[in-house]
Amino acid sequence: MENEMIRIEHLRKRFGDQQVLDDISLTVRRGEKLVILGPSGSGKSTLIRCINHLEKPTAGEIYIDGEQVTNRNWIRMSRDHMAMVFQQFNLYPHKTVLQNLTLAPIRLHRIPKKEAETVAMEYLERVGLANKADAYPQNLSGGQQQRVAIARALVTHPEIILFDEPTSALDPEMVNEVLDVMVELSKEDITMLCVTHEMGFARKVADRVIFLENARIMEEGTPAEVFDHPKNERTKLFFSKILH
Amino acid sequence: MLESLLDPWRWERSFQDFPDYLSGFGMTLRVTVVGWLIAMAIGILLGLISTKKSRVLKVIYQVYVQFFQNTPVTIQFFFFYVGVPVIIKQLFQMSRTYRLSKFVIGIFGVGLYHGAYIAEIIRSGIQAVPVGQREAACSQGFTENQAMVHIILPQTLRMILPPLASQTLALLKNTSTLAMVVGLDLMYFADKSVGYTGYFQGYLIAAAMYFAVCFPLAILVRVLEKNAARTPGLSGRRRRTAKEAV
Repeated sequence: MENEMIRIEHLRKRFGDQQVLDDISLTVRRGEKLVILGPSGSGKSTLIRCINHLEKPTAGEIYIDGEQVTNRNWIRMSRDHMAMVFQQFNLYPHKTVLQNLTLAPIRLHRIPKKEAETVAMEYLERVGLANKADAYPQNLSGGQQQRVAIARALVTHPEIILFDEPTSALDPEMVNEVLDVMVELSKEDITMLCVTHEMGFARKVADRVIFLENARIMEEGTPAEVFDHPKNERTKLFFSKILH
Repeated sequence: MLESLLDPWRWERSFQDFPDYLSGFGMTLRVTVVGWLIAMAIGILLGLISTKKSRVLKVIYQVYVQFFQNTPVTIQFFFFYVGVPVIIKQLFQMSRTYRLSKFVIGIFGVGLYHGAYIAEIIRSGIQAVPVGQREAACSQGFTENQAMVHIILPQTLRMILPPLASQTLALLKNTSTLAMVVGLDLMYFADKSVGYTGYFQGYLIAAAMYFAVCFPLAILVRVLEKNAARTPGLSGRRRRTAKEAV
């Protein structure tokens, strides 16, 4: 399938005797916005961490743009195709905001420093933090740090961006500034996979929602289908708890 | 007691041996510098090894560190003095035993001993960098080694500078163990001088000379600690817990 960006086949992951992912198969189209929902411990984070191989699958295959991700090529696959935004931001604390954005372009993509800085400033502008270029991460609020992390993810022009609960570690008043950036981003043709609990965001941007529970995909469909007419009892129960 | 301590003649007599003290001081400083280089080389090598996944390397690391940390440095010096020459003789089938030079005993004595401590400092410094840093680097496409060089080690370095400086200080003081084994260092000449004059002043002179180099080092430790507290990225950190990983 030419349109296919990510294909996951029979993915299994276990930590010790705990089965975290059990026979997950999933295809994501190029440019698709996929939101992954589910109760905590359902394997959502592990699923997207398997895609860029931060977790090594116990079994199953993952293909990015037709090429299988393996123990040998996962670093190159990450570099060439993907970027990730973490729950805990994971900015490099010893580097300024600007240096956080230029490190990978300069060291990995061999882009001249001046050019990398120009591009980095454009992305900082986009997330509204150009004025913080010379600040260190510790002097930014959580919301600002996460916006920098998103800019850092975008600066290498990835085809896929993986969000691992990007707003879960934020104070409530900072959630929206990050979601706004993500909503803006969703208007582009980048492939977005997002693990989140933000239902409003999911409804607004998702082309498709999958609902994970007990290591399996329990429900899959458009936001309208999954939120308003869940087929599965577990899904219904989950939404009845979190949607007021 | 105080009278004899302040007795000018005793001081004068003790200072007559000052050229010896100076030569001993030179030996102490040379052993410190070269011993420190050995300790750093061993410490960096072992510290990096300890972060590797290999079981064998981990065992080698533990055996080395535990052996050198949990035996007295004095015995280690005697081992280089008495044991190593015998081993070398056996190993190379030599007809007689060649003693190691005093300088060589000194540098390996403090080098191997403090190497174990420096390895532990480097290992804990690397481990104190949150896992998320490595993950962020790998997610950008940095290899494990590139992540180490560009992201992990720069953060480690800022953390380990103060304990590293204290190790340097301890290493310098531990060179005085040489006096007990083979001599020629500052402590040895002080001991010798006091031995035949019977005047305690000799020890005071040596102490003052040790102090003259150790005190600035101690101040350096303080300064580095203060700097570390102000450095971006060294305060208010939390590590990713196992629960968040799922």
